[in-house]
Amino acid sequence: MLPSYEELSAWLPDLLSGLSISLQVTALSLLIGIPFGLLLALGVLAKSRLTKIIALFLVEVGRGAPALVLLQFIYFGLPTTGLTLGSFTAAVIALAWNTGAYTSEIIRASLQSIPHGQREAAVAIGLNRLDALRYVLLPQGLRVALPALLAFSILIFQGTSLCFTIALPELVSRAYEIGSNTFRYFPALLAAGVLYASISIPAALLVSHVEKRAGSYAQR
Amino acid sequence: MSTADLFTILRGLPWTAALTLGAFLAGAVLGVPLVAARQSRILPLRFVAMVFIQIVRGIPPILWLFIIFFGLGMSVFPISPFNAALAGLGLIAAANMAEIYRGALASIHFGQWEASSALNLGRWYTLTDVVAPQAFRVALPSAASYLIGLMKETAVASTIGVSELAFQGNQLSQLTFRGLEVFALVGMFYILLSLPVAWLSRVADGYLQAKVAR
Repeated sequence: MLPSYEELSAWLPDLLSGLSISLQVTALSLLIGIPFGLLLALGVLAKSRLTKIIALFLVEVGRGAPALVLLQFIYFGLPTTGLTLGSFTAAVIALAWNTGAYTSEIIRASLQSIPHGQREAAVAIGLNRLDALRYVLLPQGLRVALPALLAFSILIFQGTSLCFTIALPELVSRAYEIGSNTFRYFPALLAAGVLYASISIPAALLVSHVEKRAGSYAQR
Repeated sequence: MSTADLFTILRGLPWTAALTLGAFLAGAVLGVPLVAARQSRILPLRFVAMVFIQIVRGIPPILWLFIIFFGLGMSVFPISPFNAALAGLGLIAAANMAEIYRGALASIHFGQWEASSALNLGRWYTLTDVVAPQAFRVALPSAASYLIGLMKETAVASTIGVSELAFQGNQLSQLTFRGLEVFALVGMFYILLSLPVAWLSRVADGYLQAKVAR
């Protein structure tokens, strides 16, 4: 059942390059998705009706539809409009949308958790809306949001496994390919599972540590 | 998009519903012994439960389905796609439900335990008659949002050939070359499915939340 040493050393370079693609997709999705989430959060809180409706639509679809369907919508759906994307680009766009939708809710909740006096004080000392956001609200809000954002990053890392369905050569695709070539599915998939777990379990422990620390510093 | 295409997608609905409910029930039931082990006074048992939960949650769902369907299914015992998906998602649901139960148990005020021991209730009756009924009410909203999350997670079962919503959408988009409409429709079905669950959870929460001691 378990992979032999020879098999492991033959598979490992392939699996690791798959893992590196998974990590690249994760990093890019988060780098694009979290600022997008901030924009969406501000859009949902905006006074203008149109902005609010567009932002709400993007959030509800990005959260409500499964990430797998978003991926397939962008990879298989958009080409019918004439816009053909590579699987890497499609993966980043779909997961960044998913990230933006989820993180916008996290960021919105943490912005609303800041006591109202902070906003009033910012107005009282003559900061305009943008400066109040930049210097007063966001630094406090993001501190509250940090544990939830980190926990979500782990989910997005695991979510990159869905890119198997759009033929992106990431970790699951590599393991599946090894399995179908050698017919040693179980050992190959197990090796991929160990690689996933070796990143997401320490990350989960780190998140619960950050959560405890953030809890003790929270000012209410 | 004709109505015939719409019905093709709709044929996936019972599979999505069956998979979601089956996996959720399995998770809700198996989560109970798992959280009991996780909170047990016996250290090795607690450790094993903790490691089990971490490993199950540390590996993506799609890989669990592959490990069960291709890994075990091809070499150890043959398993149908639906059963493999049910087993995989049930396993993941059990680990996640155990964590939800644990959070709910932790939220019950320790005064409830003290009051029970002052009334000379045993550990078992304290748990079944005092703590568990309240913990259930606390766990309900998170369990409901997990149910919605699980419903979206069942889309990964399409990769091993369970003919649920995403699978039907995939087939149809390959037949008609109209991926845009097809996947938009499939996404809409998932969103529509989550609405009644969210609504029911809010209603139930309103009734039950009043009965938790603070």
